[in-house]
Amino acid sequence: MKTPFIALDQLDKRYADHHAVKSVDLDIEAGEFIALMGPSGCGKSTTLRLIAGLDEPTGGEIRIGGDSMRGVPAFQRNTPMVWQSLALFPFLTVAENVAFPLRMQKVGTAERRRRALEWLDRLGLAGMAERNVAQLSGGQRQRVAIARALVTEPSVLLLDEPLSALDAHLRVRMQTELSRLHRELGITFVYVTHAQSEAFALADRIVIMSEGSIQQVGRPQDVYRAPANAFVAEFMGMNNLVRGEVRGERDGLLDIAGALGEFRVPSATPRPEGSSGDFVIAADRIALAADGEGLAGTVLGLEFVGSTQTVFVEIEGGAEFRVQKQQHEIEALDLVPGRKVRLSWNPQHAWLLPQPAQAH
Amino acid sequence: MNRSLATRLSRLAQYGFLGLLFAFIATPMLVIVVFSFDANRFPTIPWGGFSLEWHRAILDDPMIRDAFLNSIKVGFGTAVLSTALGFAAAYIDFRYRFRLKLPFVLLVAVPPAVPATILGMAMLAFLSRIGLFGRLETVMACHVAIATSFSMAIIRLRLNDLSRDLEPAAWNLGASPAAALVHVVLPFCKPALIASFFLSAAVSFDEFLIAWFVGGVHETLPVRILNLLQGQVNPKINAIGAVVLVVSIALVLIAQRFTGVRAGRRPSPDPGE
Repeated sequence: MKTPFIALDQLDKRYADHHAVKSVDLDIEAGEFIALMGPSGCGKSTTLRLIAGLDEPTGGEIRIGGDSMRGVPAFQRNTPMVWQSLALFPFLTVAENVAFPLRMQKVGTAERRRRALEWLDRLGLAGMAERNVAQLSGGQRQRVAIARALVTEPSVLLLDEPLSALDAHLRVRMQTELSRLHRELGITFVYVTHAQSEAFALADRIVIMSEGSIQQVGRPQDVYRAPANAFVAEFMGMNNLVRGEVRGERDGLLDIAGALGEFRVPSATPRPEGSSGDFVIAADRIALAADGEGLAGTVLGLEFVGSTQTVFVEIEGGAEFRVQKQQHEIEALDLVPGRKVRLSWNPQHAWLLPQPAQAH
Repeated sequence: MNRSLATRLSRLAQYGFLGLLFAFIATPMLVIVVFSFDANRFPTIPWGGFSLEWHRAILDDPMIRDAFLNSIKVGFGTAVLSTALGFAAAYIDFRYRFRLKLPFVLLVAVPPAVPATILGMAMLAFLSRIGLFGRLETVMACHVAIATSFSMAIIRLRLNDLSRDLEPAAWNLGASPAAALVHVVLPFCKPALIASFFLSAAVSFDEFLIAWFVGGVHETLPVRILNLLQGQVNPKINAIGAVVLVVSIALVLIAQRFTGVRAGRRPSPDPGE
């Protein structure tokens, strides 16, 4: 492929008391919508701040558009960011907030006002120009922050958990808005979030981080179906991890034995007997039945997720499984806490975790 | 029934106490103002009728005029310098972390806690040794040393409300650190800066002891009042007192007006604050 628009090369950030980013390598293509994900403290926000130049890396390099950012201060990078706190200027009006970056670029008064109003209009805030930011609703303030970041027409937009302060309804609307802006502008979006739903709805690629290191990079569906390790599998939430050991191979499937029993799992590459046979099975790939073949378990409880429900099942042997089912299936099986069920799945849907590079 | 009566009595007692307290503080000042308009030479009852004689007399007294002018010069200089220094100290405290921060903040904050007599004597001894005794600028410098503590306290309070993200956000949007200071931090601190300006002016305008110790022949208004009192009882005293009172109260009220303003607080999730 062509040279990446943003390249992180062995990027490293150490603070006095912890190692926030560890030798991160990442190439971001021009025009890509990429989401950095992970639990809090995984280094995703620090990575974003390093790209923006708000923090100095302690090692490695960042290149934007092929140019090294070493020694380039934040205010000369043109990498505007939408902050989790929004960071709007409370003593300026809405229009003045949006015009602020242009004022810093010494654009003339009339010109910067015209461009600020244009962006307000584009984000559905026409008529709000003279308001005080404190008079706006959460969603409107969000739009002001986005307009302010885009007014200089940058080639990259950084977003640090921009939607986390909004309620669920507004969040979905803003997702649509961001998606539309990304399509229309064709610029690179780097989006930090801990919410899987946002990353899945928006991103071309997601980057899963943990403890300062990248765990996996890929398209959302691929990461979901084929997690690179147990951390990613568990982070993706709707995967069930089964631990086991390879016992042999029959008809292109591996025999795996673990505490929960014996399973058959496909493998792209052969694995020696006795090696790790941990695999995952997605919650929406599991069939439930009142009796018959499969893992025996007891329903612990149910949780609504939109039109589907997540059924929590305690397996004999101690593990807990999540199974995702439509409402009518739940009713057909009369799944209430305490009900005995059998879990089964097509072996082809199980995903064998790649062997860890080094022993844990 | 009983409880409501008790509540009413308690409230009455509270208001009564508060009223007495204010009366205790305000009456002497009121007496000075009232008698400054008295035609009698000595403050006696009954009142001798309304007269502007003593106010006119202080205007005609060149020493009082000079003292008033000196007070204004010193007060204005103190206000400007201590607000600038107070902002610098508060900003350093807000922006940077360093090892000797606590001693630094204490150093700025401590002068008002030192008894004025001791401070005055110490300054007198020090300044006469380095040959700066008896100049108006010297009085100003000493007042700055005291007023800067108040300026820093007021501005620091305001900076505490400044979201930690705001300055980095300005950098991120193309503002150099200097531009961010001018376009973000200063506008945010504006109410506190104005309040600090007027409060420092008031501190300087009222200060007597240090001005008396280090001023030499340059008298500020409070020093002039004492020197007048040391001669015979002079009816002009009341008139000067009234003027000083009006100026001081005006300065403090203006300062209050701006410290009280809470317009641009951190954006909160609920709109329309």
